[in-house]
Amino acid sequence: MTSAAEQAADRKARRAGWLLSAPALFLLIIAASGPLIIILIYSFLEPGKYGNVEWVFSTDAWVGILYSRDIFDGTYKLADAHLSIFWRSVKLSLYTTLFAFVFGFPTAWFIATRSPRMRTALLFLITIPFWTNLLVRTFAINQIIRNEGVLNTFLLWIGVIDDPIQLIYTDFAVFLGMTYVYLPLMVLPLFAAFDRFDMRLLEAGYDLYASRWQVLRKIVFPVVKPGVIAGSILVFIPSMGAFVTPRILGGGRNMMIGNFIDLQFGAGRNWPLGAALSVTLLVIVAVALAVYVRFANRDNGHG
Amino acid sequence: MANRAFSIARLPGFSTLAVMVFVMLYLPIGLLVLFSFNAGPSPAIWEGFSLQWYPRAWANEQVKDATLRSLTIASFAAVISTSVAVLAALGTTRRKRSAGQTFVYLMINQPLMVPEIVTAVALLILFGFIKVATGYQGLGYLIIAHSAFCIPFAYLPIRARLEGMDLALETAAADLYATPWQTFRYVTLPLLMPAVIAGLMLAFITSLDDVVISLFVKSAGQDTLPTYMLGQIRRNMTVEVNAISTLLICLTIIMLTAFFLLTRRNE
Repeated sequence: MTSAAEQAADRKARRAGWLLSAPALFLLIIAASGPLIIILIYSFLEPGKYGNVEWVFSTDAWVGILYSRDIFDGTYKLADAHLSIFWRSVKLSLYTTLFAFVFGFPTAWFIATRSPRMRTALLFLITIPFWTNLLVRTFAINQIIRNEGVLNTFLLWIGVIDDPIQLIYTDFAVFLGMTYVYLPLMVLPLFAAFDRFDMRLLEAGYDLYASRWQVLRKIVFPVVKPGVIAGSILVFIPSMGAFVTPRILGGGRNMMIGNFIDLQFGAGRNWPLGAALSVTLLVIVAVALAVYVRFANRDNGHG
Repeated sequence: MANRAFSIARLPGFSTLAVMVFVMLYLPIGLLVLFSFNAGPSPAIWEGFSLQWYPRAWANEQVKDATLRSLTIASFAAVISTSVAVLAALGTTRRKRSAGQTFVYLMINQPLMVPEIVTAVALLILFGFIKVATGYQGLGYLIIAHSAFCIPFAYLPIRARLEGMDLALETAAADLYATPWQTFRYVTLPLLMPAVIAGLMLAFITSLDDVVISLFVKSAGQDTLPTYMLGQIRRNMTVEVNAISTLLICLTIIMLTAFFLLTRRNE
């Protein structure tokens, strides 16, 4: 039973809530969410000769994502270059997520099983790289793996190799760099999951003669699954949208979607294609997020 | 020893891997810092200790300009985003859940979800229009863009603290005939202060960290420190970048330490 007075108070509180949120919403609409609509519009226009667009409706950009038109006979065929960039983005992002998990899982477990003081210290050690400039961290990897870098110099010096190994400007370099910069994003949610994990469950498992592997697979993993999914999504999304890391470690040829978008707005002079690629990237991210929300809710539902 | 062999939380190989991860996390950063003190220009061959790269970097007009520009943008962005985040946090916490509230959460967290490159090209187009229409080419665009994507980082600690705060003090103030403004000014804000400072710092670091959006939004001759560094790395001219990176790392560590102390003391 709510009285008229209570309802009025409720309305007033709600209005105050909107008013207080208004400045933040305004800023976000003009400089974050709103411009995304422009991207959608631009993806349906024709490219201008010197960049920008002609205001003529066209679906060429969307067709152009997957197909390229033969300039001689006008037939369409699959654009291999575009497909290979998409494939590289998906492949490297999945590898990055997988390896971040392989290294992040034991690390988070290790942190969660220390004494409280040690735990705080170790968490701090994970947080520092997380907040350190992404460009700086990518640059640090660049300095190690480039031809005149520490690794090659060392290997040449001890005589294992005669010529520098070409590591930089390869897919492997991009994968290595992304795993390095995004690893903390896997460790932190996994730690949060382990932190809530009831260690008595382990005891129960061992009492019932479970092996360590069985305990890990049948007890630990199912309980912390939401943390695993959260960490994986947190690593996968920025990997798909990566721009700086592939640019510094992949060079000009080993592009990912982010660099391909950049190219369309620069030397490629095809803004509509760049816009269509941006919308595609947004959709991929949205699907990943939807999967996450679904799993997270389902797991909560089962308690 | 027998005890250690069957500590229930021990999983074989986990500790070794974890220690390895910590070493691998810090080794590249450590080498980067170490070689900023190298007497020679190589990123791999040690030629003795020297501090020469620091004054050399600072003597470079481009570096100096970019640094001051970055600090200006980060200061504005931190203050603006934290101010609107405080208001939004007051408007969204400690009240009945509603659909409107979910919408506000989504909007605030949107910059965390949308890839930076997408926002960057969208802003390139939007600000391009405005630049042509108004002729204004100043730092305002960078400040607005940075303020927007810093909001979620400023909002997070403030919302967390507000949710943990006792409503009784504010109710008491209201009972003593304080106006809503007085209640906010003399009761809520002082209690909220550690979180506000934490929010300011996170927003500041986030702004200073940004490469992609700055790269697309800046007008000619408006390099920020990260966009300048990106250009230098592409040209493989990097020793002064080591020096700048080292200073950025130090700044991050100082701010994070302060952040931890601030948020922990009042737990």
